[in-house]
Amino acid sequence: MSNWVSVCELKDITPGTGVCALHNGEQVAIFRVSANEQLYAVSNYDPFSKANVMSRGITGALGGRVMVAAPMYKQHFDLATGECLEDAEVSLKVYPVRVNAGQVELG
Amino acid sequence: MSKKRIIVVGNGMVGHNFINTLATSEYASQFEILTFSEEPRLAYDRVQLSKYFSGYTAADLALTTESEYNEKGVIFTLNDKVVGIDTHAKTITTASGRIEGYDKLVLATGSYPFVPPVPGKDQDHCLVYRTIEDLEAISASAAVSKTGVVVGGGLLGLEAANALKAAGLETHVVEFAPRLMAVQLDEGGGKLLRRKIENLGVTVHTEKNTKEIVAGEECRYRMNFADGSFLETDMILFSAGIRPQDELARKFGLELGERGGIVINDFCQTSNDDIYAIGECALWDNKIYGLVAPGYQMAKVAYNHIIGNLITHIPSELAFKGADMSTKLKLLGVDVASIGDAHGRTAGSQSYVFNDDIGEVYKRLIVSADGKKVLGAVLVGEAESYGTLLQLMLNNMDIPGNAASLILPATDGAAAVGLGVSSLPDTAQICSCFDVTKGQIQEAVRNGCHTMGALKEATQASTGCGGCAALVKQVMDAELESMGVEVNTDICEHFAYTRAQLADIVRVQGYSSFEQVLEGHGKGEYGCEICKPALGSILASFNNEYVLKDGLIGLQDTNDIFLGNMQKDGTYSIVPRIAGGEITPEKLIVLGEIARDYDLYTKITGGQRIDLFGAQLHQLPEIWKKLVDAGFETGHAYGKSLRTVKSCVGSTWCRYGVLDSVSMAIALENRYKGLRSPHKIKFAVSGCTRECAEAQSKDIGVIATEKGWNLYVCGNGGMRPRHADLFATELDDDTLIKYIDRVLMFYVRTADRLQRTSVWMENMEGGLDYLKNVVINDSLNICEELENAMTKVVGTYQCEWKTTIENPEKLKRFSQFINSDKADDNLAYVRERGQRRPATELERIELVDLNSK
Repeated sequence: MSNWVSVCELKDITPGTGVCALHNGEQVAIFRVSANEQLYAVSNYDPFSKANVMSRGITGALGGRVMVAAPMYKQHFDLATGECLEDAEVSLKVYPVRVNAGQVELG
Repeated sequence: MSKKRIIVVGNGMVGHNFINTLATSEYASQFEILTFSEEPRLAYDRVQLSKYFSGYTAADLALTTESEYNEKGVIFTLNDKVVGIDTHAKTITTASGRIEGYDKLVLATGSYPFVPPVPGKDQDHCLVYRTIEDLEAISASAAVSKTGVVVGGGLLGLEAANALKAAGLETHVVEFAPRLMAVQLDEGGGKLLRRKIENLGVTVHTEKNTKEIVAGEECRYRMNFADGSFLETDMILFSAGIRPQDELARKFGLELGERGGIVINDFCQTSNDDIYAIGECALWDNKIYGLVAPGYQMAKVAYNHIIGNLITHIPSELAFKGADMSTKLKLLGVDVASIGDAHGRTAGSQSYVFNDDIGEVYKRLIVSADGKKVLGAVLVGEAESYGTLLQLMLNNMDIPGNAASLILPATDGAAAVGLGVSSLPDTAQICSCFDVTKGQIQEAVRNGCHTMGALKEATQASTGCGGCAALVKQVMDAELESMGVEVNTDICEHFAYTRAQLADIVRVQGYSSFEQVLEGHGKGEYGCEICKPALGSILASFNNEYVLKDGLIGLQDTNDIFLGNMQKDGTYSIVPRIAGGEITPEKLIVLGEIARDYDLYTKITGGQRIDLFGAQLHQLPEIWKKLVDAGFETGHAYGKSLRTVKSCVGSTWCRYGVLDSVSMAIALENRYKGLRSPHKIKFAVSGCTRECAEAQSKDIGVIATEKGWNLYVCGNGGMRPRHADLFATELDDDTLIKYIDRVLMFYVRTADRLQRTSVWMENMEGGLDYLKNVVINDSLNICEELENAMTKVVGTYQCEWKTTIENPEKLKRFSQFINSDKADDNLAYVRERGQRRPATELERIELVDLNSK
């Protein structure tokens, strides 16, 4: 059973951007790709550059898959599954995320 | 096996071409190449000599450098003329007494200017026009003269007249024949050329035979003509034709032509099998070829013959078969071209003539008796059809359609009859300067050259006079099409447009958000990391809104979104603007204090600024608060936008400076700061032609002269350096800024994504001339619009950091965590030379070990 933890308010995440939350000692990147309440959460650690920067990437879609482009070297990661589109062996950990009464919660 | 020795006498354009061919060939290691020149410098571009007067330096004109020769192992001796040949011992002797042996000797001694034997011709201020030293003498003489006369109304004479006019002299041309350019033009063409040149303020005197040069009354000299008239002038430039420099051959028994010139056979061998002659000193079939392209052709023939003779022992089949002397050029700004039998001397030939006195265009087309083939043409005032006509003649092709339409102006609705490149044979020579055929261009395209830039680099086509650029592009496009390469220029899967097209859409529709453009013209609902920043940049270029505004913030790329430059560990570097590189000690101290307090790695940049590295996200606002309080502004080092305007100290301090380059650099930097563009833009301003600011390696380069600013455009350093092109000369401050406004805004409108100005211009059909036409002559009638657009950008400038630190909502994003004040624990540094730098992976492991102990 998930234990939902509130990390910020939805309005703290400008549509089209991401933020990073410290969650159980882990860095989690949370993205709001458009103006609605749909959020995505993946690990903030970029496995290619080995830096904690994923939340600062540009989001979008490629071939129908909602993705984030790593800010450092621009590899694409599927935000729903964490898979890297360029390298099948690499993926980001995906976290459960939801909006509850205006609060962003990680599970 | 010992190396074969080749001695090349003379290091002009053709001699250098031969040396370069040999030194870069697969056989280079089997040769020792020596060259001697009586001039003080290695080969330079004599074709472009007149550019010396519009600000080009000897270095700009150079075709090679001493270090390049050293690298290639070419042994060169300057200022030492070869004065003797011992054909039995196979040695040469130089003026300084050196004796060197050769296996093959190549004479590339060129020509010298013919000075008619007129009494008084040897006085001071009676000069010729051939070498850089001649030009220096002309400059010096022009500085103390008011009136100048060029003797000779041929091609070189008119070039020389241009030089005198540019030097500000009252200029006259004196010609013996009844018309200008008698060799290349017919009567109608010569007449119009004269009219156009006289309209430019150059007085032309034809049918004048100079009898003597005596002391003048009003001016320094008086030229008395055979018909009793006279002309007063302060200086005289002789440019009455060339004579082959055949002195050596004459002294040492090589066969000469009746009127001079070293006789050569089809393999460019002289009457001595081991001695070759190439270029303007050589006489083939009783003809001297005074153009560079045939000279290069001879160099190639001689090279092949020498290789066949000394190395492969397979006789070379490449022979010199004469050369086409068609030519196209701009004389005093007038387009002039002459093709083939320009005088209609072929038996039975017929002509079409188009004469437009109002528009000042004259064209004559000479066709065969049956009217099917082009034999020649004269074009004055407009020469766009040169390429088509030349190919029709060279390839002996049937005239497509109505011959008259080849020279008639296109009327509305009817496209000009062009030549489909597909009809040309593969052997058709497209670039005559570097002898590149249609087949070679096609092959290069098939091997991956899909842009003009790549094609030029691979084949050299269109890098000489540039006259064939349009044709080369047509061949490239046709080949791409036949390869089935659909050149997909879509910016990404969301927009079926190029960046330039998107820019037009945004501008015309007046859009202000990404969503509007996506909804009206794109696919999908999200976009991607290609189209978002591209449109973010376009929106900023035209609307100039705060880039972190809601709705725009998500379009900003890695660096822009936090107004800093992300480094490898996710920290940022900070670059405040230091306009023109000028900074007060107080401000330097502030930078030092901040760097010390935050332990920022500090480095001077190439653009005369100071870069502070290693600031974490949450530190950026605090640091910028201090910087803004101290009077600093953002430097936009993170943006595709104006970076810096580098400058030298200029006339305020420098004892050589002629204009105040620092003030101009600061004015330009403050004018264009914040302009978002397809790629970064760099400027520089030099206070004199010593060019300490290296302006010729910048997108926009400005160099002071005594008469105003010279403007250079479209240069860059970096991966593929390119010298900027001289765009306009002797400008006042207002005109300079007006031109830069127009160039930049035209670039912003029409360039591709991440395309520097250099590539932008190289890929522009018509290149530099087209850009000049748009910006200087307003050929598209958009200059006012471009200036207004720039005025808007200038008027809406804001320091993005100042706006940001005043906006608490925006500052929330500047922290590692949205829910904690902690810092990123993944950062690790070591100290080096007194500063910190990110730890390498190995060092990180050691650091962790130390910590755990």
